[in-house]
Amino acid sequence: MSLRGDTEAVVIGASAGGVQALSVLLPALPANAAAAVLIVLHLPRDRPSLLADVFARKCLLDVREAQDKEPVVPGTVYFAPSNYHLLVDQGPRLALSVDELVHHSRPSIDVLFESAAEVYRHRLLGIILTGANEDGAQGLAAIHDSGGVTVVQEPETAQSPQMVMSALKLRPADHVLSLDGIAAMLTTLHTTRAVTRRS
Amino acid sequence: MDAEINARRAADSKEFDIEFRLLIDAIYHMYHYDFRGYASASLRRRVKAAMGRFECVTLSKLQDRVVHEPEVFAGLLDYLTVQVSEMFRDPAYFRELRRQVVPLLRTYPSLKVWVAGCSAGEEAYSMAILLREEGLLPKTLIYATDINPRTLSNAEAGIYDIDRIAGFTMNHRSSGANSSLSDYYTAAYGKAVFDKSLKSHIVFSDHSLATDSVFAEVQLVSCRNVLIYFNRELQDRALGLFHESLCRQGFLGIGAKETLRFSSQADRFDFFVRQERIYQKRNEP
Repeated sequence: MSLRGDTEAVVIGASAGGVQALSVLLPALPANAAAAVLIVLHLPRDRPSLLADVFARKCLLDVREAQDKEPVVPGTVYFAPSNYHLLVDQGPRLALSVDELVHHSRPSIDVLFESAAEVYRHRLLGIILTGANEDGAQGLAAIHDSGGVTVVQEPETAQSPQMVMSALKLRPADHVLSLDGIAAMLTTLHTTRAVTRRS
Repeated sequence: MDAEINARRAADSKEFDIEFRLLIDAIYHMYHYDFRGYASASLRRRVKAAMGRFECVTLSKLQDRVVHEPEVFAGLLDYLTVQVSEMFRDPAYFRELRRQVVPLLRTYPSLKVWVAGCSAGEEAYSMAILLREEGLLPKTLIYATDINPRTLSNAEAGIYDIDRIAGFTMNHRSSGANSSLSDYYTAAYGKAVFDKSLKSHIVFSDHSLATDSVFAEVQLVSCRNVLIYFNRELQDRALGLFHESLCRQGFLGIGAKETLRFSSQADRFDFFVRQERIYQKRNEP
């Protein structure tokens, strides 16, 4: 399974069991990947997220916590900070918000996915992983509806299947894969071609 | 085939873009609220939520209602402006204000503090409580400003659901407090009503960072999680107002995940407490 050459960004959403799942996926990202990777992982809201530090060691790419108004740099992995929604704005730039919780979550996967779908349209790959709520289903549907590629982790292989089941119930996914299958797909992300920036 | 579908979807999105801009312009011309400099991703999300609430299938239909029904605009304004905050949000920010800024604030004979974008008032009351604890409130006037009149009157009332108080209390404790939050409110009928003695030091007023100018000289501006809703031009404008409003070597506090790095005003402020995003106005020749 290999990816289209025009993938400009990958968005990933995960909740319960997400750290282990990302530990399989993120090391598979090729060095000099041309796409940016944006991740929402549900975490407790009352303490700072250490995800960027944790995954920086496991990744060939730069791993950072997202900052407001930061231009999206290809080949960089961004984590949403705890207690903020992460969105993609025109540019593309990152944007944060403290709007109300969505599916009891801030950051919310839907918020990231829906905003990314508007900016990247069909140049977006969306991935929903393990989790015990319904966040992300609407967002993945938005990616599907704007022509992006959608991937859902096989429910049987998810530590908590509810999130992937909810996503599959709303729209059929382009690919339903095990973590290893998704990792193999990510290794095919383009590395050499310069990304064409839209104004 | 793919190309054709993608082209159609892009057209949908283009229509939405145009209608979105027209709506924002209509609001500006009709009601003089200027959202033209707001960061679009969050604003578009809010507008979409409002389309559902007001049962409008297109933005043009929503615009029609907004222009002809002022009460629909008042409702829409809540969607566009209401920010969710809590008292002593990010307690470390208040702890560092106490530890590092308050000692310098003590040296002024009288104090003015501007809480910009005060929403339902949580930040303004937090600031008043902190200054009370530090013995500075008697000589302090806090300006708490926002653009939504409905939110401002809620802020002025200072009434919060009692189930939010546990979280507020926990934050307050971690902020280095030397008193109990319960000293400052009365609980009744599922609500907590904050004290008149705090309110008498707060002036709640209508002020827009997008269209209004500076109204006072202040020693401290606290504007947290407001700039994230602005685009860079509007951020620059707001930071320019703060700079103009601040006294020599005055202080500016912004949100924990906000930064001046991408602003043209960045070199007019120095880090004072980097970790907590507290800046000091730089001396200019």
